[in-house]
Amino acid sequence: MLVPLCMTLWFSFQRYNLLNPFISGFAGVDNYTYLLTDPALWTAMGNTLLLVGWVLAITVVGGTLLAVLFQQEFFGRGIARLLVIAPFFVMPTVSALIWKNMMMHPVNGVLAWLFNLFGFQAVDWFSSLPLTSIILIVSWEWLPFALLILLTAIQSLDDDQVEAARMDGAGPIAIFWFITLPHLKRAISVVIMIEMIFLLTIFAEIFVTTSGGPGLASTNLAYLIYIRALLDFDVGGASAGGVIAIVLANIVAIFLIRTVARHLET
Amino acid sequence: MATLELNNIVKDFAGTQVIKGVDLEVKDREFVVFVGPSGCGKSTLLRMIAGLESVSSGDILIDGQRMNEVGPAERGLSMVFQSYALYPHMSVEDNMGFSLRLAKVPKAERREKVLEAARILQLENLLERKPKALSGGQRQRVAIGRAIVRNPSIFLFDEPLSNLDAALRVQMRIELARLHEELDATMIYVTHDQIEAMTMADKIVVLQGGIVEQVGSPMALYHHPRNRFVAGFIGSPKMNFIDVEVRDARGEGVSVRLPGGGEYLVPVDASGCQAGDTLSLGIRPEHLTLDDNGPLEGEITVIERLGGVTSLYVRCHGEEWILVTDGEVSHRVRDNVRFGFAPARAHLFAEDGLALTHLERHPLVDVERRQNRASTAADVS
Ligand SMILES: Nc1ncnc2c1ncn2[C@@H]1O[C@H](COP(=O)(O)OP(=O)(O)O)[C@@H](O)[C@H]1O
Ligand SMILES: [Mg+2]
Repeated sequence: MLVPLCMTLWFSFQRYNLLNPFISGFAGVDNYTYLLTDPALWTAMGNTLLLVGWVLAITVVGGTLLAVLFQQEFFGRGIARLLVIAPFFVMPTVSALIWKNMMMHPVNGVLAWLFNLFGFQAVDWFSSLPLTSIILIVSWEWLPFALLILLTAIQSLDDDQVEAARMDGAGPIAIFWFITLPHLKRAISVVIMIEMIFLLTIFAEIFVTTSGGPGLASTNLAYLIYIRALLDFDVGGASAGGVIAIVLANIVAIFLIRTVARHLET
Repeated sequence: MATLELNNIVKDFAGTQVIKGVDLEVKDREFVVFVGPSGCGKSTLLRMIAGLESVSSGDILIDGQRMNEVGPAERGLSMVFQSYALYPHMSVEDNMGFSLRLAKVPKAERREKVLEAARILQLENLLERKPKALSGGQRQRVAIGRAIVRNPSIFLFDEPLSNLDAALRVQMRIELARLHEELDATMIYVTHDQIEAMTMADKIVVLQGGIVEQVGSPMALYHHPRNRFVAGFIGSPKMNFIDVEVRDARGEGVSVRLPGGGEYLVPVDASGCQAGDTLSLGIRPEHLTLDDNGPLEGEITVIERLGGVTSLYVRCHGEEWILVTDGEVSHRVRDNVRFGFAPARAHLFAEDGLALTHLERHPLVDVERRQNRASTAADVS
C-alpha cells in the first residue's frame, strides 16, 4: 500500500517526461508551483466539486423520495423495486456508452426524439451541456445505491411511531418531516460518505463521453491527472496532481467521518 | 367527558373475519378493560376505535356522533402503545408537546401544558432527555404524558405494562388507577393479563376469537361467568372442570353425582335439564377444601408451595384436580387426601358451554371499583 504512495510522492518532486529522457533530475516544488498556478487545476477542482455536489444532491433527495414511494403498498412493487435498483449493476463504462449513444445522442437519442416530439430543438448534450450531461449519467448510476440504503433504513421505521404521530395529528408531510427524515438521518450520512469517496474519482464516464471537453468544461481532478500523465507524458506533473487529489480526498474524508460519527453517537 | 358505543362492529382482513360483530357501551368516566388470549382481536378492536384501522361494517359512536369516517387525530382520543412509540430523536418535552406543536399552539402555552402533565407523572426532571436515556418505566410515563397533554375525551391503552418487570407493573397498575381518578377520564385498556383486568376495571370485556364472551364487573365475571370459556379464563390457577351426571332437577337446584359417588345439590336454575343429562361441573381451586369427610378422594401428584398458599395437584378418578390451600399444609407427594366444596361455589355448564344461572347473585358483584381504594378526591375534601 505504501510503495505506490511513496513512488507517487517521489515522482511528484522529479522532472520526468516519458517522451524526453533528457528531462530529468530533481525538480523540487516546481511541479507543484506549475500545477497550482495552472488555471486548469482550478477549473478541474471546480468541476469536481460541482459534479460531486450535484450528484449527491440529486441522489440523496431523489433516493429519499423514491424510498418513501416504494415503502407504500402498490401493485407490482416488487418488480418496480428491482427495476429501479438495476442500474447500479451496470458497469460505468457501459452505462456511459448507453447514455452517449442511445439516450443523449443529438440525432438518434431518446431524449432528442422526446424533445422533437414536443416541438423543442434537440440538444447536443455533450457539446453544449457537458458537465450537466455527466452529472445526469452519474446520478442515474448512483441513485439506485442511495435508494437501496435508504429503503432498507425506512423499512426499519417503527409503524407504531407513525401511528402515534397520526394520533397526534400529523399528516403525510408532517410525518415525513418530523418522523421519517430524522429516522433516515444516519442512513443519509452513510450514503453521502460512501458516494463522496467514489464520486471524487469519477473517470470512465468522462473518458467515454466528453473526454473532459469541450476545452476543460467537463474535466475533473482524476481526468486532469490522466491528461497530464498520459496525454502530455508528464509523469512528474501527474504525480503532483495525484498528491493534491490524495490530500483533498483526505480532508473531505476526515471532515465527513467526523460529522457522521457525531450523528451516530446521538 | 365522553361515552363510546360500538354497534355490531366487524373487521375483515383480506377475507378472514377477525372481529365478528361486537356490541359495546362504555359510559362516561368508566375504566373498561378488554381482556382475552393473544390473537383474539383486542388490539384490532382498539385500533378501530382509535381510527388507525378502518371498520368493515358497523358503527362507532363517540358522544353519540358517528365516527367511522373521522380521522384518528380528530376523534379526540389518545393512545398509549405497547412499544411506547416515543419519537427517538425528540426530547421528552418535545415528545409530549408534539401534538400541540402540530396544532400550532404557541410555545409558552405548550410548555405550560407539558409541565402540568409532567408534574402529574413526576417527569419534571427528565424533560430535556431523549427517550433512549430513560428506563422502561420512565418511557412508559412519557408515553402516558404524551396522551395526557392532548386532553383527550377517551384514553386508549394497548398492553401498556407488558414490557415492564413485575414489580414495576404492580406500581404502574396502581398509578394508572390513581391517574384515572385524577383525570376523571374515560379509559379503555387492553391486556391479556387477567390480574390487570381484575384490579383496574370498572367493566371487563372478555374477548375470544373476535366475539365478546361476556361483559361485566370483575366480581360478576368471577362469581357468575356466563360460559365455560370465561370461567376458565378468569381466575388463576384455572377452574377445575369435571363431567357429572344429573340425578335430579328441581326448584332448589340441580342435584349431580360426582365421579366418586358423592352427590351435591348445586343451587342453579334447573329449567332445561333433567335426570340423566351430563353436565360439566366447574369449581375454582381456591373453593376446594381439604376435608377428612369430603366426598372426593385422591392422591397428591405435585405440590407447589408459594409460602402464603399451597397448590395441590390431586389425581382423583382419572382427573387431575387443583386445590389451593393454606400455606401451612404438611402433606407430602403421594399422600391420599379427601376434599370437598360448598355446593353454592360450584358452577354447572351445559353441553353448549353456557352456565346454568345461579339462583342467588353474589353480594360483591355490584361493588364499584371506586369503593376498593381510598379516593384522592375524598382525601382532599
Ligand atoms: N394487518 C393485519 N392483516 C391481517 N391480519 C391481521 C392484521 N392485524 C391483525 N391481524 C390478525 O387479527 C387477529 C387479531 O389480532 P390482534 O387484534 O392483534 O390480537 P390481540 O391484540 O388480541 O393479540 C390475529 O389473528 C392477527 O393475525
Ligand atoms: Mg395486541
